[in-house]
Amino acid sequence: MNIKIKENAFEVRNLNLWYGKHKALEDITIDIVKNAITAIIGPSGCGKSTFLRCLNRMNDLIDGIRIEGKVYFEGKNIYDEGTDVVLLRKRVGMIFQQPNPFPMSIYDNVAFGPRLHGIRDRNRLDEIVKDSLEKASLWKEVKNKLNESALSLSGGQQQRLAIARVLAVEPEVILMDEPCSALDPASTQRIEDLMVELKANYTIVIVTHNMQQAARVSDFTAFLLAEENEPAKLIEYGETGQIFTNPKDIRTENYITGRFG
Amino acid sequence: MYELRKALNNIFLTLTWIASVSVILILLFIIAYITYKGAPVVNLKFITTWPQGYEAKGGIWPTIITTFYLTIFSAAIVTPIAVGGAIYLTEYSKPFSRFSRYVRFAADTLSSVPSIVYGIFGFAFFVIYLGFGWSMLSGSLTLALMILPLILRSTEEAILDVPYGYKEASYGLGATKWQTISRVVLRTAFPRILTGVILGMGRAFGETAAVMLTAGMALNIPISVFDGGRNMSSHLFLLATEGISLDAAFGTAFLLLVIILFFNVGAKRIARRVGK
Ligand SMILES: Nc1ncnc2c1ncn2[C@@H]1O[C@H](COP(=O)(O)OP(=O)(O)O)[C@@H](O)[C@H]1O
Ligand SMILES: [Mg+2]
Repeated sequence: MNIKIKENAFEVRNLNLWYGKHKALEDITIDIVKNAITAIIGPSGCGKSTFLRCLNRMNDLIDGIRIEGKVYFEGKNIYDEGTDVVLLRKRVGMIFQQPNPFPMSIYDNVAFGPRLHGIRDRNRLDEIVKDSLEKASLWKEVKNKLNESALSLSGGQQQRLAIARVLAVEPEVILMDEPCSALDPASTQRIEDLMVELKANYTIVIVTHNMQQAARVSDFTAFLLAEENEPAKLIEYGETGQIFTNPKDIRTENYITGRFG
Repeated sequence: MYELRKALNNIFLTLTWIASVSVILILLFIIAYITYKGAPVVNLKFITTWPQGYEAKGGIWPTIITTFYLTIFSAAIVTPIAVGGAIYLTEYSKPFSRFSRYVRFAADTLSSVPSIVYGIFGFAFFVIYLGFGWSMLSGSLTLALMILPLILRSTEEAILDVPYGYKEASYGLGATKWQTISRVVLRTAFPRILTGVILGMGRAFGETAAVMLTAGMALNIPISVFDGGRNMSSHLFLLATEGISLDAAFGTAFLLLVIILFFNVGAKRIARRVGK
């Protein structure tokens, strides 16, 4: 018998979040499955990015933010006091809407993370850079110009460079916040293919407002919704097939059939 | 109504055009005049020999050395302080906190204080009270104070202009705050920081009053930081006001102009390189 029990990368319990007095997330409880792609969908402004940033504590950078509840990553609550946030962010990498390559060479962009974490040996760095660019399916295009500025790459290439840059620190999870919203369809296609390839070794959580994208690439889908002047709540969560073909909540159905949002 | 607005618009356009053209013309005229009077005086001997006799025949060599000494030394003192202060203001204290606002206000006020005021302060504090005498140390410390506000503010602006996305990306890769500041923020802002430092050096280079009161007026090639010296502007001032030699004065003025132009062009070039 081949029983495969799904493991969870994250277990989020009763997560509440305030920006100053404004409550943005209410009582979110969700399990994020390991080595799968989970899509977070919902109308814009409903709190998808806010939620995503709770998973690697990127929200810590924002003044006046307050978070309650628990986020277990590999069994440990990352909001516990002794958490090493730097280590957490190494293990839980993040891709943003804008690729934001550093204004340095392609090589230095990818080597940035490993260098942060103390790798100095040139051969070792060469290896990591090549390996990461290959995994991000960018190696062939840039192998002859590793010393050129990363700013010279196209938008789609820059986003794959951003992925390579994250892969270089050997994360376990990759959070992606609308990674394709600034890209043309061909580049979007490449990133989506890449995500499916990466799934074997990484847990991926992607925020997208593109329903087709969620349906195409993800295994699980979570629908967040902030109803009028209310904080965002998790309306429905399940296997992507079920959410898109047989939603249980009328609000989910309305959203995916485009009746609001 | 529309016609009137259009006419007014054209009038203002013309006025601003005239204003900007006159700026260029005035600048060109000054450069042309100083060059006409000063360039014939300047040759290798003028640059490399000492002033001679009471008519200051000869050259201005010691004043050149003194000028560079003061400029480089003051930049070396002020740059770490200005950059450190700017980092604190932008990255550690909250940018709109009362403290940051006070520091900015102080800096902006200090940068419009006349240099003679820095001179008299430097004289009372460094020369007399701390007993550094008329020296490179007193002069450079005074100049450092004088250009600190300028460099602090330009560095601050350079740092604030670093896109937030760079910082986010860096933190997202597991960088600590200091790693983010040193490897991303300062690195990105570096050309513009350098531009500010060079402009500040340009001011130190041409300073007269603050230097005369703190580094002294003795013709000397300073070696130790406790040696005094006379910089080019002070030399020029003395040559002109005491009617010693107008030729040498114009020669010195011409050299000063060329070097300051060089500072400004250098700063521009670096600024432009960032734009790419
Ligand atoms: N840094 C912030 N400070 C204050 N409010 C914020 C901040 N970021 C987001 N918000 C608010 O939180 C809500 C959710 O925003 P966000 O998570 O960016 O939504 P989404 O990613 O779904 O478009 C919005 O109402 C937004 O205005
Ligand atoms: Mg968002």
